[in-house]
Amino acid sequence: MLDDLAIRVRQNIGLLTAILLFCILYLLYNLTHPKGFSSAVLVQNGNEIFALAMLAMAQTVPVLASGLDLSVGAVMTMVGCFASYLLAGAVGGTPLHLDIFGLQLGLGTFPGGTSGILLGLAACAVIGLIAGFVNGCIVVYGRIQPIIATLATGAVYIGIALFLRPTPGGKIDEDLNWALTNSLGDFAATVHIFNDGSATWFSPIAWIPVPFVLLVLIALLVWVPFRRSVLGRAVYAVGSAEGAAYMSGLPIARAKIAAFTLAGFFAGCGGLFLAIQTSSGNADIPQAGAYTLNSIASVVIGGTSLLGGTGSAIGSIFGAMILRVISFFFRIFDIAPLLQPLFEGLILLIAVSIGALGVLRVKNTLELFR
Amino acid sequence: MTTVTLGLSRDDRPILIAALFIFVILVAGTVYTFARFGSAPLLSPTYLLQQLQVGAFLGIVSAGMMVVILIAQIDLSVPWTLAAAAMMATSIGGPLAIPVGLGVGLLVGIINGIGVAYLRVPSMIFTLGVNAVMRGLMVAHTGGYAPQTTATELMRTLAGDRTLGIPNALFVWAAVSVLVAVILQRTPLGRYIYAIGNRESAAYLAGIDTRRVTVICFALCGLAAALTGVLLAGYSTKAYQGMGDTYLLPSIAAVVIGGTNILGGRGRYLGTLVGVVLIVLLNSVLSIMEMPEAGRQVIYGLVIILMLLVYGRGERVTS
Amino acid sequence: MQDTVPTQSAFLTLAGISKRYAGVRALDGIEFACERGKIHAVLGENGAGKSTLIKIIAGVVQPDAGTMCLAGNQVSFATPSAANAAGVVCIFQELSLMPDLSVADNISIASPPRRFGLIDARAQRRRAEELLAEIGCEDVNPLMRVRDLPLSRRQVVEIAKALGKRPQLLILDEATSALTSADVEKVYAMLARLKAEGVAILYISHRMHEVEALADRASVFRNGRHIETFDKGARSTADIVQLMIGRDIAAQYPARPARKPMTPVLALENLSWEKHLDRISLSVGTGEIVGLGGLDGQGQKSLLLALFGVLRGVTGRIMIDAREARLGSPAAAKSAGVALVPEDRKTEGLMLPMSITDNLTIASLGAISTGPFVDRAKESTAVERSIARLQVKIGAPGDAVSTLSGGNQQKVVLAKWLMTEPRIILLNDPTRGIDVGTKQELYRLMRELADQGAAILFYSTDYDELIGCCDRVAIMYDGRIVRELEGDELTETNIIASSLNVHTETPATAGTAHA
Repeated sequence: MLDDLAIRVRQNIGLLTAILLFCILYLLYNLTHPKGFSSAVLVQNGNEIFALAMLAMAQTVPVLASGLDLSVGAVMTMVGCFASYLLAGAVGGTPLHLDIFGLQLGLGTFPGGTSGILLGLAACAVIGLIAGFVNGCIVVYGRIQPIIATLATGAVYIGIALFLRPTPGGKIDEDLNWALTNSLGDFAATVHIFNDGSATWFSPIAWIPVPFVLLVLIALLVWVPFRRSVLGRAVYAVGSAEGAAYMSGLPIARAKIAAFTLAGFFAGCGGLFLAIQTSSGNADIPQAGAYTLNSIASVVIGGTSLLGGTGSAIGSIFGAMILRVISFFFRIFDIAPLLQPLFEGLILLIAVSIGALGVLRVKNTLELFR
Repeated sequence: MTTVTLGLSRDDRPILIAALFIFVILVAGTVYTFARFGSAPLLSPTYLLQQLQVGAFLGIVSAGMMVVILIAQIDLSVPWTLAAAAMMATSIGGPLAIPVGLGVGLLVGIINGIGVAYLRVPSMIFTLGVNAVMRGLMVAHTGGYAPQTTATELMRTLAGDRTLGIPNALFVWAAVSVLVAVILQRTPLGRYIYAIGNRESAAYLAGIDTRRVTVICFALCGLAAALTGVLLAGYSTKAYQGMGDTYLLPSIAAVVIGGTNILGGRGRYLGTLVGVVLIVLLNSVLSIMEMPEAGRQVIYGLVIILMLLVYGRGERVTS
Repeated sequence: MQDTVPTQSAFLTLAGISKRYAGVRALDGIEFACERGKIHAVLGENGAGKSTLIKIIAGVVQPDAGTMCLAGNQVSFATPSAANAAGVVCIFQELSLMPDLSVADNISIASPPRRFGLIDARAQRRRAEELLAEIGCEDVNPLMRVRDLPLSRRQVVEIAKALGKRPQLLILDEATSALTSADVEKVYAMLARLKAEGVAILYISHRMHEVEALADRASVFRNGRHIETFDKGARSTADIVQLMIGRDIAAQYPARPARKPMTPVLALENLSWEKHLDRISLSVGTGEIVGLGGLDGQGQKSLLLALFGVLRGVTGRIMIDAREARLGSPAAAKSAGVALVPEDRKTEGLMLPMSITDNLTIASLGAISTGPFVDRAKESTAVERSIARLQVKIGAPGDAVSTLSGGNQQKVVLAKWLMTEPRIILLNDPTRGIDVGTKQELYRLMRELADQGAAILFYSTDYDELIGCCDRVAIMYDGRIVRELEGDELTETNIIASSLNVHTETPATAGTAHA
């Protein structure tokens, strides 16, 4: 059994390092923060982490199948813009209309109230799914390299986002915003459960920030089952050796499409949250690009190989959290925001270079070209 | 014998199709302008030259990007290499402005190359980090504002003036193009580049110093980006924040539309030229049509997908 | 000529199976049958069509013509999984394992045990343990990643994976080539058990003694045709080899010149590297072809790579022309006059999509350049000359090298190196997967090069070749050179005995081909 443990540790060394690094960094952060270890700090951090963590998960799945998805930021942005229409939560509902080059199209009214909001959330998630599904189909049936296919679809999704929100705007239901971006206690009080959050059993956990709970729920309810499903393992297999996967009779096309679809879903969740958090939709192209690139960095820091086949979305979540915590430190140490990109870049470079030192241990240089 | 003709046309087909598409864009644009304004600016040499002058910047970046893509890598540090070169050139000023700007690009390229070739960090991630560092350095250097310094006379002349009615930027682009085309077609280095892109291990075992070639490719790409930065600063008389951001994705798109395989090893420089012209003209037609940014992005994405569906399809994995 | 086995009791029957690849006939009207409870050996040289035959049976490729019947029903498998579903399972030479997945994952990859729709990791692990125990290889921990296993263990996993599919027809394609001798015994025992259970087994091996020990019946293929099928004991080994080759063996190899004293070009002193090379000392002289023999994986490949500057951390001395050479990279080795024809021509020897010209000149561009430019005129002259010299059969020099046949591709690899005018030529199993005719041309060429003064170090898995081509053969075992054979000592018996590191002269395996 000790053997098994050693094997597991060795196989997940990247993930474990990321977790350890995060714990150390976060502990340090809380120790140095004047209000460290308080629910307020946690809540703020949770809100800042959530979207990137979702995008990191999104990026992981295609990367595991050895295909990069450069459209995750665009999908996030697009879904956020949709959300700014569908989650307004006005009691009478929100009238929807399209304006295509002056051609006005009424699309009826999107329902308001609680049911409207739930419907809106579902619709946004589905939009993300569809975007990812389209990516997958273009990659699989169009046989276009994922990196370039998603570069192109990313432009299309950004275009749709711009079409929806040429300027930042829209509105998100205030209760929804409040409930999802604060602690569990606030959530319970807003949706009127557990005696508005004052139930005795509830108080010990009332301090936990909702974004963290959502993150854990999505990881447990979506990622973990996927990883243990036949399709999920096919994703790993395709990324590890596509030819061998074919010889073993695995559904390669389905696995790839599933990988991109799931990426779309995760990215959509990220966009949904970002819109709720900022209470608006914003087709911000640089932001979309930054999120995409940071998602790739998170994946690598989280111990997933860009060559595919090894790693996990959990690692990427920690990768994303590490990236974010590093930027929290800038606030603590009062490093000029101007210097932040410099430090972020340096830390990324140092991290990957240390990871690459294994290259020096390779004794057969042919193995470098694997 | 059929395989022979297919083999020959494999690299030419994308170029032909892209060229055909340029023609379609020109015709469609002209029909539109004629119907709407009763004029055909797209066919006037003045207008075309003006568009190509702007296109020269994209063209030079793409030339460098192509070299890196040919060895199956990518350079995401282009945006801030470009901006850094421009900023350093303007802040140094004087006769050293251009050499210093180019030196910045060369240095960044060499660092990228070392990270990718010697440490074997995926270029996607290493150049991304370098881009962030360059951005950080420049933001720190300028305080986050557009630098007050202006481009030197020479930079402005190179980028903005005309000789014999032809924009000087076009001459620079032409010189870069000839250089890259000659390197790729006629020199051992060019062969090594294609060999590495096709099969790095085979190139290595053929006794090629693959690491050195990789560094050279990134250095060339950095130089091209820096040259663009210097020219762009000359064109707009000064450097500004984010001046390179709009060049990264279009340059990759131009290279790929021109038939270069994103996985490396295949593609002709002529294709990249055609790809650049296609993107530049597409942009001009869309601006004439006063297409909002949203529509541009969508059309842009669809064009890339369409072109690749026509000729960029990979092979199916069977065993 | 064909005494096809009666088909009424056959489990698998092939009738008129033909297959072409890019115009080259790989299989031609094959009639073949095999029965339950029998181990049926499929014999033939590389390129005889064995692997195509297997791929057709296993559903990897589809035949152009002909029919296939399984247990009396006509079948055609579109994919490997369709074949698996019908009980046809193949253990391929090129491993079909996913290196990043665990052993347990790999073994159950096609149909994992499930609970609530999800993969049941515990059951999967139990299953892996059971299957590994069935072959007697409990030492493999199912949690291990396949990537982290040595090649011999990977092959064990491959066998367990096939076993897990409960095959009715099991095909083993050189499945024991990487195994240790202890494991080979275990696999034999397993095969005997399967045979008793009524499984039909197709066995492909180049090791004649294996075939003799195992097979109940054998079929010989040559040049894409089925030559003969016979029961165990009906034919002597010499007969079988004759059938496989189709002509007298002696004529295959060029005459060996008389041995004369020669100056060593390459001398190795105590060369060691990791666990794979152990104090190797060897010298190769001008005009000499020295063979590297022994079982697969005893360090022969590492030795060639070490001499070509690929390996880091090599200790000991490499002397070229009595001066110590520092070979830090293939580039350095090339300038020291060393050439290597690598193991896998598709990934290490050639840039397949590039033209024949590009591939031929890539290692010697310096010599055909004028100033900084490649001299097109010099280039085409050089290319024409080497194509003529090696008689490479091509359409045009501008064609992609992938359009050539395997033999001609290998000629291109060799020609590429000859253009650098090397003094030391390292050959890593250069005739693997090449047709007999081209092989003979390569043998002649090797001798010609040696006569012109090259020193050749030649690794081959084929003992015949070593005996036929080499002036001297160094046998490797576990990273060491255990014996050097020369002159009359150079017999198959001695090679086999030394390969197994048996010091006593073992009795000759019944009638070697070179008696």
